[in-house]
Amino acid sequence: MNRRTALKLVTVCTLAAASGLSGGAFAADTIKVGILHSLSGTMAISESALEQTALMTIAEINAQGGVMGKQLEPVVVDPASNWPLFAEKARQLLSKDKVAVVFGCWTSVSRKSVLPVFRELNGLLFYPVQYEGEELEKNVFYTGAAPNQQAIPAVDYLLSKDGGEAKRFVLLGTDYVYPRTTNKILRAYLHTKGIQDADIMEEYTPFGYSDYQTIIAKIKDFSSQGKKTAVVSTINGDSNVPFYKELGNAGLKATDVPVVAFSVGEEELRGVDTKPLVGELAAWNYFMSVKNPENTKFTKMYRDWAKKQKLPNADTAVTNDPMEATYVGIHMWKQAVEKAHSTDVDKVIAAMGGQTFKAPSGFTLEMDPKNHHLHKPVMIGEVKANGQFNVVWKTKEPVKAQPWSPFIAGNDKKKDEPEAN
Amino acid sequence: MNTWMRHLLALLLGCLLSLSAHAALDAKVIRQLVDDDSDQKLAAIAALVQVGTPEAARVLQALSDDALYATDQRVWLKADDKVYDATTGAEINPAPDDVDTVSINNRVRGALDSALSGFKLTAADPAARLAAAQSLQGDVSASMIPALTAALKQETDSKVKPVLEQLLAQANLKNPDVKARLAAVEDLSHSNSPNARGLLLTRIDPANEPDAKVRAAAQSSIAAIDSRLAWISALGSVFSGLSLGSILLLAALGLAITYGVMGVINMAHGELLMVGAYSAYVVQGVFHAHFPGAQDWYLVAAVPVAFCAAAAVGMIMERTVIRWLYGRPLETLLATWGISLVLIQAARALFGAQNVEVSNPSWMSGGLEILPSLTLPWNRVVIIGFALSVLVLMWAIMQKTRLGLFVRAVTQNRAMAGCVGVPTRRIDTLAFGLGAGIAGLGGLALSQIANVGPDMGQGYIVDSFLVVVLGGVGQLAGAVWAALGLGIVTKLLEGWAGAVIAKIIVLAIIIVFIQRRPQGLFAVKGRVVD
Repeated sequence: MNRRTALKLVTVCTLAAASGLSGGAFAADTIKVGILHSLSGTMAISESALEQTALMTIAEINAQGGVMGKQLEPVVVDPASNWPLFAEKARQLLSKDKVAVVFGCWTSVSRKSVLPVFRELNGLLFYPVQYEGEELEKNVFYTGAAPNQQAIPAVDYLLSKDGGEAKRFVLLGTDYVYPRTTNKILRAYLHTKGIQDADIMEEYTPFGYSDYQTIIAKIKDFSSQGKKTAVVSTINGDSNVPFYKELGNAGLKATDVPVVAFSVGEEELRGVDTKPLVGELAAWNYFMSVKNPENTKFTKMYRDWAKKQKLPNADTAVTNDPMEATYVGIHMWKQAVEKAHSTDVDKVIAAMGGQTFKAPSGFTLEMDPKNHHLHKPVMIGEVKANGQFNVVWKTKEPVKAQPWSPFIAGNDKKKDEPEAN
Repeated sequence: MNTWMRHLLALLLGCLLSLSAHAALDAKVIRQLVDDDSDQKLAAIAALVQVGTPEAARVLQALSDDALYATDQRVWLKADDKVYDATTGAEINPAPDDVDTVSINNRVRGALDSALSGFKLTAADPAARLAAAQSLQGDVSASMIPALTAALKQETDSKVKPVLEQLLAQANLKNPDVKARLAAVEDLSHSNSPNARGLLLTRIDPANEPDAKVRAAAQSSIAAIDSRLAWISALGSVFSGLSLGSILLLAALGLAITYGVMGVINMAHGELLMVGAYSAYVVQGVFHAHFPGAQDWYLVAAVPVAFCAAAAVGMIMERTVIRWLYGRPLETLLATWGISLVLIQAARALFGAQNVEVSNPSWMSGGLEILPSLTLPWNRVVIIGFALSVLVLMWAIMQKTRLGLFVRAVTQNRAMAGCVGVPTRRIDTLAFGLGAGIAGLGGLALSQIANVGPDMGQGYIVDSFLVVVLGGVGQLAGAVWAALGLGIVTKLLEGWAGAVIAKIIVLAIIIVFIQRRPQGLFAVKGRVVD
């Protein structure tokens, strides 16, 4: 090392130390990445795994040399399943920590709370969970499913011969925007399939609700009217555990009244005795049981990660759909940054369109050049006695997302790409 | 024919049967069973049912158990830890290591269940026959009439017989013979099964049922079933109301002592419940690690642990903080609220922010099927019983023991009690510990039906105060009535208006009630009034 380089090094070190001391934005060789997931409260059951997936993916990218030669530095905050706190924490990530991108949110209400912040500060959010659609934001990339990539195909399956040719539907959900909007879309869709309002029952429960006896009795009663009945569940968070416990104990079997869930994956079923639940359904774009080399790598990486981090129950660690979407999202962002040669939000947004990634689902996913949603395959899985899902139906090709559902009046006039703000 | 001749004949017949059991199954059918198309699978299942040998039953059972495997070359199955070739029935040794399960969907599973139940209708064990017959409810076709008639002829068990008769009636609903249909429709009026009702409904539709007499009979059978089902569903609502009430009671009983009797506004009450619930989790872990054989009984061992852990936390709270604040309700409120936050964070630090898994022991899983339309889940039944026993225990302590006497004395007149030699300070600690310990027991029960996490207490604190205030502060009996009343009212409202609206209505009712009758259901006696 000659004197000049040594001097340079000292200067860089001093500068870095000074910037560290002043708490400023300038960091010489890392890119800050925000992680905004509830690590406590009712949503922690689902979101903690996403935080871990994000950390794992960042570690993977760093081990391979980082992004444009820079290491990623995760900044983790815990909005504690508290929707206003999501907005506060998002603001902190964007204006104080100056992160280049944020990966986070699960419930639609949390996403809706942070949207104004991302718009105002021109931040970039990757949202990894299926949602009700009816939204298209310049600052958000949606790596989970829109209704036509999950809810509609699931109902189609229930109407099909293999799904039991259901004639009556119970739409059961937690009381907030995602279940309400999804059920509105589904009701309109069922009408087009000739199912009358008299054959649709809609029920909501508060967040964190845990006493499902009455509702299950109602479902039993509703299903005894001589028509094959199916339940569509948009119950979210840890309410699912008491719901499935009660369902199993009440002896309502999947062969009689199948339940298809949009928010229950491998993670939520841990801690539930799945033997009485064999045959219950879930609709996702990925299941852990899918067999292909990418998924073998992904599931192994997560199991190793869980062991290394000593996560609770690391020996039974599972992967699920939103975890896959998180993984895909971070990798796509990396590709876009490298394409744009910059972490500048507008440049990255421009570079995101058309990005492709070979995902653990076994398909090559593409970010739609216009509408900020991924093209995703749709799969229906049945719960097995070991808590895993057996894929009983899937699309041959990834499906393009329709963020504006055609089953909601007035949506036909909306543009299929975000407008600049 | 004399007896030994008959024996010989039976023996010969047995040999013949066992010989035929070892005959190979049709390889084409077995291959069809592996086909990805459900229709093909269903056809193969029907073919195997026709074959009817134990060998065929074993293949179907394996398919149902996810224990049928296939490669392009062969199909084999696992049964009793051994591996057999599915077609020939011969044991394969060593087991193939290429494992690719033949998967089934609900449609196939349903058909498979019926097929297997058909096989089991003639099982030796009456319980197995009953289970098989019950699982066929609402799912029988006319093609099963001969099998059901044969099974009914052999049936001697008084429990299985009526179920089989009902099944036969259900199957006869699709009998081409009008007389048989009419008889079936009339038979089914005695059924309590919602499935039977569903099947009858198809008979009142002229599109399905050409005969007007049968339609009329079906109409009146449905009316008969409906009037009974209405009773059963009312019973069901009362049961779920009682069960919710018992949970509210368990959550509130501890508070009935600390707030009701001692007048301490204990905002950390929910966290004492949490301590009890985490005790269950810890004991479960200890059993898992050290006594895996007795895993099912961890909950029993957790009862004293939950009580002691919560009581210890309560007594420490009382000694360190609350003791200095008696008679200053607002300050206690703030101080205990602070304690609750400390306890939540402590749980987070010890066990992590996520919910932990507390499993139902196997004897608390499943339900008690009283009628086909009324199943009482075991965990709820056990919790109602547990709530009752905790209530009796608490009543006994308060009414029959020296400690109870002292607590009541201190509550009514502290100075006088002190004068006659009651160690008032120590009684305060013990009473608070008792209340906390009972909260711990409540938390233990809650761990069996709801989620266990650091924030779980927050969900119960409001309900607990509602019960105690509604019942009348200082009144044990009041808490019992308030809890059961709230439980039943909530459940009736939920059945009618849904969970979200029910919650709002219940809170509105409580507000109006408290305005009209601030002293609660029962009049106040205790330190608060002084």
